[in-house]
Amino acid sequence: MISTPLDPDRAESVFADFKGEYTREQATLEASRCLYCSDAPCVKACPTHIDIPQFIRKIATGNLKGSARTIFDANILGMSCARVCPVETLCVGDCVYNLMHVPPIQIGKLQRFATDHAYAEQWRFFEAGADTGKTVALLGAGPASLACAHELRRRGHGCTVYEKRGVVGGLNSTGVAPYKMKADRAADEVEWVLGIGGIDVVTGVTVGEQVSFQELEARHDAVFLGMGLGSDTNLRVPGEDLPGVRGAVDFIEEMKGSRLSLAGVRRAVIVGGGNTALDAVREVKGLGVTDVVMLYRGDEAAMSGYQHEWAAAKVEGVRAEWRGVAVGFEAGADGRVARVLCQRLDERRQPIAGETFTLAAELVLVAIGQSKLGALVGSLSGIEVSSGRVVTDEHGATGRRGYFAGGDCRNGGKEVVNAAAEGKAAAQAIHAYLTGGL
Amino acid sequence: MPDLSTNCGGIRSPNPFWLASAPPANSGGQVQRAFDAGWGGAVWKTLGQPIQNVSSRFGAHSVSGARAVGFNNIELITDRSLEINFREIYDTKKKYPKNAVIVSLMVETRQEWQDFIKRSVDTGADGLELNFGCPHGMCERGMGSAVGQEPKVNQEITSWAVEYSSIPVLVKLTPNVSDIVPHGLAAKRGGAHGVSLINTIKSIISVDIDRFVPEPRVDGLSTNGGYCGQAVKPIAMHMVAALAREEGFRLPISGIGGISNWRDAVEFILLGSSSVQVCTEVMLRGFRVVEDMIEGLDEYMRTHGFANLDAMIGKAVPRYSDWGNLDLNYETVAKIDPALCIGCNKCMIACEDGAHQCIHPNPTGARMPVVDESECVGCNLCQIVCPVEGCIDMVKVDNGFAPSSWNQFVEEGRVLRPKKGAH
Repeated sequence: MISTPLDPDRAESVFADFKGEYTREQATLEASRCLYCSDAPCVKACPTHIDIPQFIRKIATGNLKGSARTIFDANILGMSCARVCPVETLCVGDCVYNLMHVPPIQIGKLQRFATDHAYAEQWRFFEAGADTGKTVALLGAGPASLACAHELRRRGHGCTVYEKRGVVGGLNSTGVAPYKMKADRAADEVEWVLGIGGIDVVTGVTVGEQVSFQELEARHDAVFLGMGLGSDTNLRVPGEDLPGVRGAVDFIEEMKGSRLSLAGVRRAVIVGGGNTALDAVREVKGLGVTDVVMLYRGDEAAMSGYQHEWAAAKVEGVRAEWRGVAVGFEAGADGRVARVLCQRLDERRQPIAGETFTLAAELVLVAIGQSKLGALVGSLSGIEVSSGRVVTDEHGATGRRGYFAGGDCRNGGKEVVNAAAEGKAAAQAIHAYLTGGL
Repeated sequence: MPDLSTNCGGIRSPNPFWLASAPPANSGGQVQRAFDAGWGGAVWKTLGQPIQNVSSRFGAHSVSGARAVGFNNIELITDRSLEINFREIYDTKKKYPKNAVIVSLMVETRQEWQDFIKRSVDTGADGLELNFGCPHGMCERGMGSAVGQEPKVNQEITSWAVEYSSIPVLVKLTPNVSDIVPHGLAAKRGGAHGVSLINTIKSIISVDIDRFVPEPRVDGLSTNGGYCGQAVKPIAMHMVAALAREEGFRLPISGIGGISNWRDAVEFILLGSSSVQVCTEVMLRGFRVVEDMIEGLDEYMRTHGFANLDAMIGKAVPRYSDWGNLDLNYETVAKIDPALCIGCNKCMIACEDGAHQCIHPNPTGARMPVVDESECVGCNLCQIVCPVEGCIDMVKVDNGFAPSSWNQFVEEGRVLRPKKGAH
């Protein structure tokens, strides 16, 4: 067993699913609405190109095993993607029903129905290929490496995943908003993927520290870089080190894995306007904090977070301070953070002289990005790092022979489904490389 | 205001909507509630010598979330006592003098026909319907469709009924024949005042694929049933129209088969029905469906300027012709409206895999397929699969060829246009 048992009373356990689960009747009815488009736009919108009309038709006919096979054949992480994908901007957003002003097919919920059923029935669809004698090292045990490893195993290559944390699953285990998916489900998925056999997972090991790249190269025939992003980026303003001010990613990881006391926290400020900030405001609100404010330097239309997520946050009672930036934090009598000092910005995000304001807060989460881990491999000759991202060709090959990359460390931080697609594509490129095709 | 009242073979009712002889017309309570809801008439559940029914009795054909678009049953005629039935018919007619009450009958011997007809007439009913249609159970005993499939027997029993009856006699025909016309003509020769059709179609509705038994299942066995519901409407309309256009027939027709709304009723009336009978839709949704039927028919008649039903009965019959009379030089092609197209490509795959390979991806890369009109045969398949109303239009092409049917081509040597889509 890879993962340590989860604490049933960990903080995230208070959250219910934001999008409910379908009953068989609901799923059948919704599936029956699908137009079964040819060359469908929803498929094009999916980074893993799941044959969506086909899996939905199979739900409608009661062929659930076939439906799940269609999904997993394209995307072995189909269970988590069904829950965490921003379908509103991907498959569902491109459903042709939108153009008819008819509610689009709820593809994510249907995918969840089929994949959950497969998990519950413990159906297995894939076997490892005949052993090729080759092995691949995969850095990071997140979605990119898991998808890559599974695909490599289908082709008979041995896999060893090196993970610095004790937890396997990457952001699916430590970062996904719990009203989409909780850590137990991420652990189920890890087990499901590893069920193909032949994927060794080594936890608590940081490549470059406990294991050198030279050692990896000696042990393995190829290397896949799937280590994701680093820790939260700092604001670099006075008072940021006060107790109660912390990185959002760090906070979320704690919430998902352990108990958390928010005693004394009535007001929280989340700094940022991306999807991590949007997750954080809804999570803090859901954990019972009364007054949750998102402090963002741009205006509503400019935020990089999804509008559908912000709409949900507003419904839940979160409010925003637009065109504001934190310039410092002040402590209260207890020595913990009590106030966020803010500066108002103009439309070009320049400070407006004299326009400052203060937000009271007992908790501040900084969600302005994560550090890039490209530097970790930047010293390896041939590997190019640009803006912290590992540069590859379209198939995931880096400039260094035998090195491939995928997921957040390559794309700078996208969705699980992107990591799944990139991991799988890289596996195909690695296979070509290992079998002499590259 | 249009007059919806009808006279079908001498049976008058305030509107053409009758309950068919079936479970909804099984008892006085049901029929009276139906009349309260607005039904113009009711054909009572068939009376005959008492029978015993099986359990279970019904099966359904459901499609893509739409439940029971087709329906079948293995129920027989009434299982209630004749005394109660006749008393309830009498009470109902007395209480609802303006509504049509028709007694459906199915017995064997001439003596039985005489007795049953006398008792039926004594109830004050407006007419009789001879059940020569039921294709399950009763036909194994020489009744129902066993009669309807033999024109000589049909004619003979009809003539008995007409002889004994002082009220109009309708003959209910079975569709389980290769050509309906001889059977309608047999009823006419027997003296019937009208016919009603179709009765149900012999069917196996489904198979329990785990138990290896057809449905509806009576313990470990099943039997063929009678198929009805929306799915049978096209078959029923053909049979109604086949009789309606028959020169030697010319009897009133009560149309039956898959009528579930006013639009269906209009189609049956345009094909020659002077009343329409409904069962399955009521079984699935209750008597209240008649409200929409009456309103819809009324509005349709207003829109088309029909003052009464006679003005519209059979209006489409002259346009039902033989294939040999169709103009082979009439040409249509599909036109896709770019403003309405949603890019589902259903037309493209349907044409490519199921028709004539003349709808192609847009060369500009736009997500709207294009029709190769030089190859399009105007088959309608793309329009049928398109989910957007009005997006694909079948447009007439002026090809310069004078009309020519196959018959004209053979008999007069008229010129046919070059074939399309025959690559």
